[in-house]
Amino acid sequence: MIEFLFFLFSALAVLSAVMVITRKNPVSAVMFLIVTLFSLAGLFVLLEAHFLAAVQVIVYAGAIMVLFLFVVMLLNLGHAAGTEFRGSFARTLAGAFGLGLAAFTAWLVMGGRSPMPGAASGSVTDPILPLLQEHGAVGAVAVPLFRRYLIPFEVTSVLLLVAIIGAIVLARKEAP
Amino acid sequence: MSPVLIRIALLVSAALFAIGVVGVILRRNAIVIFLCVELMLNAVNLSFVAFSRLLGIDGQVAVFFVMAVAAAEAAVGLAIIIAIFRHYEDVDVERFDLLKW
Repeated sequence: MIEFLFFLFSALAVLSAVMVITRKNPVSAVMFLIVTLFSLAGLFVLLEAHFLAAVQVIVYAGAIMVLFLFVVMLLNLGHAAGTEFRGSFARTLAGAFGLGLAAFTAWLVMGGRSPMPGAASGSVTDPILPLLQEHGAVGAVAVPLFRRYLIPFEVTSVLLLVAIIGAIVLARKEAP
Repeated sequence: MSPVLIRIALLVSAALFAIGVVGVILRRNAIVIFLCVELMLNAVNLSFVAFSRLLGIDGQVAVFFVMAVAAAEAAVGLAIIIAIFRHYEDVDVERFDLLKW
């Protein structure tokens, strides 16, 4: 069952990602990216990252994609412009570069050692499941986040504040 | 969770990243280019989560920071696109040639 869901979400994510870059209408592209993000949330659940899956749906598929849709509607871009793709040189470059990158990363993944050495003999302990049982899905992430990574976490809040102020200043009508 | 599934997750991540790169090179609409950047960020997130299944919870913490940076980047980037649209009445990146010589 887990394997079936894993393959289903994987295929859905890749197929709708292809649709994102081939649809001419920007609204369709945003919608297919939402499908990709939901499939990734499903994969996160299967990989025991339950809290991240919830954040993925709420923050990414909810907030950020609504922001994108809002800008598409605001600029009245909800129709295909006719010149959505670049010329033949860029198409060749994109195809060659994309195929090369996919082949290289696939070679890196498939060519190396087994990602979990000793898994077959059962000598490796699972690093996530004991944490989930001890702290719960939220606590397992919260404990390292508020202890080891406390300083980066606080710096992130400053980054978000700067982004808010920057967005307001940039999108304002009159020049500052 | 068998190692085979983790390997498949990494392959899916590689495919999503390559699709995002192709989209950035191929498209002319600045907003769709931003969507492809978000796709690449999510491909990296999937890699982080898959590796956290092997190496511990720290990969999931990294995904949080990636999401925060992605949110900040989307807000500022879309504001820049709105400002450029006011100037050019267009979001076609091939028309933004102010810095070209």
